[in-house]
Amino acid sequence: MNQLHNRHTDTDFEIRFVNEFGVNNASTTHRAWHNVKYLIAGILFGILLVKSEVISWFRIQEMFRFQEFHMYGVIGSAVVVGMLSVRLIKYFNIRTVDGEKIEFQSKKFKKGNVIGGLIFGFGWALTGACPGPLFAQIGTGAAVVSVTLLSAVAGTWVYGFFHDRLPH
Amino acid sequence: MNDVFDRIRQPWPWYVAGPLIGLTVPLLLILGNKLFGISSSLRHICAACIPAKISFFNYNWKKEVWNLFFVAGIFFGGYVAAVFLTNDRPVTINENLREELAGYGIKNLSALVPSDLFHFEALFTLKGFLLIVVGGFLVGFGTRYAGGCTSGHAITGISMLQLPSIIATACFMIGGIIMANFVLPYILML
Repeated sequence: MNQLHNRHTDTDFEIRFVNEFGVNNASTTHRAWHNVKYLIAGILFGILLVKSEVISWFRIQEMFRFQEFHMYGVIGSAVVVGMLSVRLIKYFNIRTVDGEKIEFQSKKFKKGNVIGGLIFGFGWALTGACPGPLFAQIGTGAAVVSVTLLSAVAGTWVYGFFHDRLPH
Repeated sequence: MNDVFDRIRQPWPWYVAGPLIGLTVPLLLILGNKLFGISSSLRHICAACIPAKISFFNYNWKKEVWNLFFVAGIFFGGYVAAVFLTNDRPVTINENLREELAGYGIKNLSALVPSDLFHFEALFTLKGFLLIVVGGFLVGFGTRYAGGCTSGHAITGISMLQLPSIIATACFMIGGIIMANFVLPYILML
């Protein structure tokens, strides 16, 4: 396992460099069962997504038509709390449960932020879901959304296929 | 006690749900230096299942397996919320939107995902194909091209005061506003 890690060090750097979120910045390695804590965090997050109605196709339409404040309130207050948390982590130099320093890298602007952003916006309004809600919607029993999810995986794959030829 | 449980079964107001969603950012950082973001899971699925010698998918996805556990959790969370924390009332919806959608024949308000639009037979109609298949494709392609989605850019990125994330989030909104107001009505008429 460790050997595997070393062999991939360069590509690990690579995936961080292309403006990514949802990545692992930890240097401590754990056994696989440690991932259960992320499963539990995910369950709580999934419940939140459903009970806040963020996964509602109707709520997304209201947001893009400026008919209700709800979604703006959810995202806005999430950002405020996130921002305060990041400030506190930096100010008090809070460490991870493993005692690691929490690092924040800056992101570089790329054209994809605009082009990809617009494309995702189109998809968000059509499906009424961003990637997180897709998983939650399937969980609530909307089985056909698994087709939407597969299609999103396909979209990601096609992006990867054309990655070197697209403007960035 | 019953009163508390009854409250939980109602839809949660934004000022309760929003701050809790925001706390996911420090939670994942403190649990293990993980940067909150969900669309990356789609990339890890590609890397794990169909890397096809594409350099974009050749990285050590096993190191990112936490992200797949997290999205699996979201799926189970959706199940728990739908089975144990639900009420029988129709979904909350703005009156103008309700009237407009009724004009397109979308009247079933029993679920957060409208069953009039999203069902398996719909896949064989142009309307359903556009909403489900094309929509999903745009979500996957767009989020990866943009380098993140609502969780990564709008919440984590703006929390970290990253300009690219602010720009990306503005573009999500512009794209959504254009689609919902100027294109989607024609699709719903199909």
